[in-house]
Order: sequence, then structure tokens, then C-alpha cells
Amino acid sequence: MTLYSRVIGALRPQKRLNRSFAVSFMLFGLLLGFGAFMVLPLIYTVNNAFKPLDELFIFPPRFLVRNPTLENFTDLMVIMGNSWVPFTRYIANTLLITLVGTAGHILLASAAAYPLAKFKFPGSSILFKIVVLSLMFSPHVTAIPNYLVMSQLGWINTQAAIIVPSLAFSLGLFLMKQFMEQIPDALIEAAKIDGANEYRVFWQIVMPNVKPAWLTLMILQFPALWGTDGGSFIYSENLKTLHYALSQVIQGGIARAGVGAAVALLLMTVPILLFIISQSSVIQTMATSGMKE
Amino acid sequence: MVQIHNTTEPALQGLAGGPIKESRLAQLWRDIKKSKHYYFMMSPYMIIFFLFTVIPVVVSFGLSFFYFNMLETPRFIGWENYSRLLLGDDVFMIALKNTFLFAVITGPLSYIACFLFAWLINELSPFVRSLMTLVFYAPSISGNVFFIWLIVFSGDSYGYLNGFLMKIGVLLEPIIWLQNEKYILPIIIIVQLWLSLGTSFLAFIAGLQTVDQTLFEAGAMDGIRNRWQELWFITLPSMRPQLMFGAVMQITASFAVAEVSIALAGFPSVNYAGHTVVTHLMDYGTLRFEMGYASAIATILFAIMLGTNMMTQKLLRKVGE
Repeated sequence: MTLYSRVIGALRPQKRLNRSFAVSFMLFGLLLGFGAFMVLPLIYTVNNAFKPLDELFIFPPRFLVRNPTLENFTDLMVIMGNSWVPFTRYIANTLLITLVGTAGHILLASAAAYPLAKFKFPGSSILFKIVVLSLMFSPHVTAIPNYLVMSQLGWINTQAAIIVPSLAFSLGLFLMKQFMEQIPDALIEAAKIDGANEYRVFWQIVMPNVKPAWLTLMILQFPALWGTDGGSFIYSENLKTLHYALSQVIQGGIARAGVGAAVALLLMTVPILLFIISQSSVIQTMATSGMKE
Repeated sequence: MVQIHNTTEPALQGLAGGPIKESRLAQLWRDIKKSKHYYFMMSPYMIIFFLFTVIPVVVSFGLSFFYFNMLETPRFIGWENYSRLLLGDDVFMIALKNTFLFAVITGPLSYIACFLFAWLINELSPFVRSLMTLVFYAPSISGNVFFIWLIVFSGDSYGYLNGFLMKIGVLLEPIIWLQNEKYILPIIIIVQLWLSLGTSFLAFIAGLQTVDQTLFEAGAMDGIRNRWQELWFITLPSMRPQLMFGAVMQITASFAVAEVSIALAGFPSVNYAGHTVVTHLMDYGTLRFEMGYASAIATILFAIMLGTNMMTQKLLRKVGE
């Protein structure tokens, strides 16, 4: 199907009774208007990253780039190449936090979700209720005691202070449990009759069946860790993250405006690409995200 | 609620054939032993979850009755933090007022926007549907790109809004948007709305796709006349579980506004115009090191979130009745 016919198809809503064309037209106008409001700042970010310095400061300001250039990116490389801590160090730190934090979260949350989704045992429902309740906490509520716990554990200035708490993010467990409830009991029973123990059932039956939910947990966890600046836990320059390093670059002021635009584009692209790849899986998982009364 | 199995199993039949009354405690212990693998599987997650979420909330509640500055040992002072906070702290009152304004405006608006856009997108063809989903969801995951709005609302004539308004002749000289008490709050609300189509938006899109299509045909026969009746009597009730989930996510987000305020209006903002409960909490927790006081703020914030969530869920039960 060509793009053109796809778009035309989109404007012809599903065949359903009782639809007035005028209202459809108005509603889709509304959708397009707000869609533009959502997407324009992002398009602007992309354009800005390719603007040469004179275009960034033109008056009146211009939305689209006229003479695209890669100057901003090469400048960024030069600045980073001259920094005190090698740039690759920031990338390595961020990758460590993001990859370990995301993979660990998927594994731990799945392992905890499986018993909660499929079995009833003493304490199971109260534990799940606490998890649901904690969806209502803002992380700020726990910030102070968390700091105290970290310092007692001697984790201040280590990456563990960022990674470990993120492993037990409550939204992940909640979504995983709701998704796992859909796995037929018969499948688990059959595996048990064939002699598999709980751990094998989990690893070889349940886990492969919840791949869409892995991607969902990933898309929720990844941007948060990718964007972390180390919070109040990491002080040593050697341990700082990419996001922190890049925000320092922007602090350079007007002369760095172009580089700042390049940075913004870099930070934004990775999570969005990830979402594009995983979109259908994420929607599939979210279909089970309801809270029963 | 703790699940206790009250069934007497055949293995427990006494010699005379009658059931021996096993104590509830022993039965519970047997159930626990039977499920030891489940506890083991859950333990890594639960230990971390309790250590960094549940215990901190309890500790924070406890600390709110102490004076604690991280150097001296905590000193018990009873309700003093709360009375000072609620009766003597003018800035907290500004923060509370701002937070409620945010919550009352961005909460319902973003909730309705999440649903409305999901509902409209759902009628599109699959390709355009995923494109529009991306358009609406992208801002909430694009990290700290909201500093783009700094350029829009920049105080000199290079700012987009100033530049535009001056070009069409509405303004003669630039307005310093983010330093003017009158504009700070509305600007933060706009940017917060831009960012707020997150998890609940996806949940609604997914929920809409699972609504049983035959219900609509049945509804049409039963005399549903237009799309609004269809929405109220069929779509919304079928999505009640997702609506509940979305409400929890949106309410929590709308009460926890802080990052956007700090990024746009600074910390603290001019005359505390963009101050919220969370920035007040950060002020005492990370700048002044009055941990007990900050904990009292956190406790009040949590109580407000919980209360609002319970009220909203009660309201949502009435949907489609």
C-alpha cells in the first residue's frame, strides 16, 4: 500500500453505524491540531541540530533549517575530545547503568510476577496490593530515606546506587503480572506433568511467552536510566553519565548553542527509536494493564 | 488480604476417619512451606522493593515526627513539623496552592486528552494509528527535550513567542516570560501537558483495541443513536480497568510536578511562582538538610495523592451507569 492510500484510508473511519461526517471531520481536525502541537518541538529539535551558528541566531527566528551542516556534531566531538575525563568514559557509564538496570529489572520483575500471576499462597495478594499502592508514590517521597539507606550501605558514589533501586520499579512488576495472567494454566500444568520444576517452567515456558512484556518494561525503564544524571548519589567525575556530561557542554552558553542543539537531538533519538521498534509489543502488553476493582 | 486455605485435605484425616482440627497457624506454615519456591523467586525483587520503596515510605513517615539534620541524632518533637508546616510556613502554602492548581488543571486535562486522542487514533488505519501514537507518546520519552520550551519562551526577542508576537505587532518589546509571576504557572502547565501523554495513553490505546466489537452492533440494535452514546454506554464501561490504571498514573504525575518547574522557572522561581510541594520538599531535603521537616512534606504529599486516587476511583465506578 502506498503512503498516499494509507493516509486516505485513515481519513475514512471504520465502517460503523451512526456516524456523522461533520463531527468526524471536526474531531480529526482536533487530532491533527494537537498532533502538531506535540510534534513541532521535536521537529524543531531535529532542525536545530543541523543549523549553522548564523542561522541559530537569525532574527526573526526561523523554524526550519536552510543550509544544513554537521558542524554542530563535529564541534561536539572536538569539545568532548578535549575534556578531562575521556568522553568514552561517560558513554560506558551510561551504558552500564542503562543495560544492567534494564535487563536486571526485566529479569527480577518477571521472576516476581510469575508466582503472583499464577498462584495463590500466603501473602501473595497483600504483596501485590502493596505494589499497586506504590504506583501512587512519587519517587520524591522516598528520596531522603533512600539517601540514608545508600550511605549506610556505603553505596554513595557507586553506580549501584542508581542501578539497584531501579531494578524494583513497581510499574514493571504490575504490568508483567497482568500480562502473565493471560498465559493458559494448562500450559504450565502440562510442563509440570512432564516433570519440569518451578524454575524450568518459569524459564522455558513463561519467559518466552511474555516477550512483548519484556519490550514494554524496556521502553519504560530505558529512557529513565538513559536520562539519569546520577542524581544525588554520584559525585565523582569518573562515574558521571552521558546526560550529565552533555548538560555540562550546554552550560557553555551562547557559543555552545549549536553543540547544545546537537546534544538535545542525541539524547532524544535513542528512546524514540527504541519505541518505534517495540511499539506493537508495548501496545499488546498495555492491553492487559487494567486495574480490577 | 492474606490467603489462607481452609480446606481440610484427605491426608489430614484422623484414625477414626474424622478430620483432625488443624490449627490455622500450622496450616499457614504448611502453605508457606509448600510455596517456598515462589518466595524464593520473588525474593530478589521484593528485597529491593522493600528496601528502597516500602521501608523508605515508612521511615519517612517516622522521621516526620523528628528533628533531624543528618549530623546530630534525631530528636523527637511530635507534631511540631506538621504544625510548623501547616500553620507557620507561608511558602508551603504557595507550594500547596500551586500543586493543587497543577493537579486540578493538568490532571483531568491530561487524563481526558489521553483518552480522547487514544479514542480518535483508534479509528485510524493501522499505519497512521502507529504514526499518531508515536507523535503523541514521543514527548514523554524524549528525555529532557522540554528545554526546547526555554527557547520558545525565552525572554529576549530571539524567543519564538516574543519574536512571533512582535512580528504580528501584538507586542512592542519582548516579555520576560519565565521571570514574570503572571506567566510562570500557565507556561509550566502547558509544558507539563505536552509531556503528560505517557503510560496511560498507551494503556488506553491498547484498551480500546480489546473492546468487543460485537457490542457495538448489539448496541446499535438496542437504539444507540450516535458516537457519544456509544462512547458512554459501551466503550467506557468496557475499558474501566484501564481507566482506573490511567487515573492512578495521571494523578501521581500531576501532583509530582517539579522537574519542569525547575528547568523552566529556576529553583527557587521568582517569588515562588512555580514552587510546588515537591520543590519545597527538595528545598528542605537537599539544600537545608532539615530531614524531619522534609519528611513531613513528603508524608502530606503522599496523603494527598492517596486521597485523590481513592476519590477518583470511586467516581470512575459510576462511568456508564
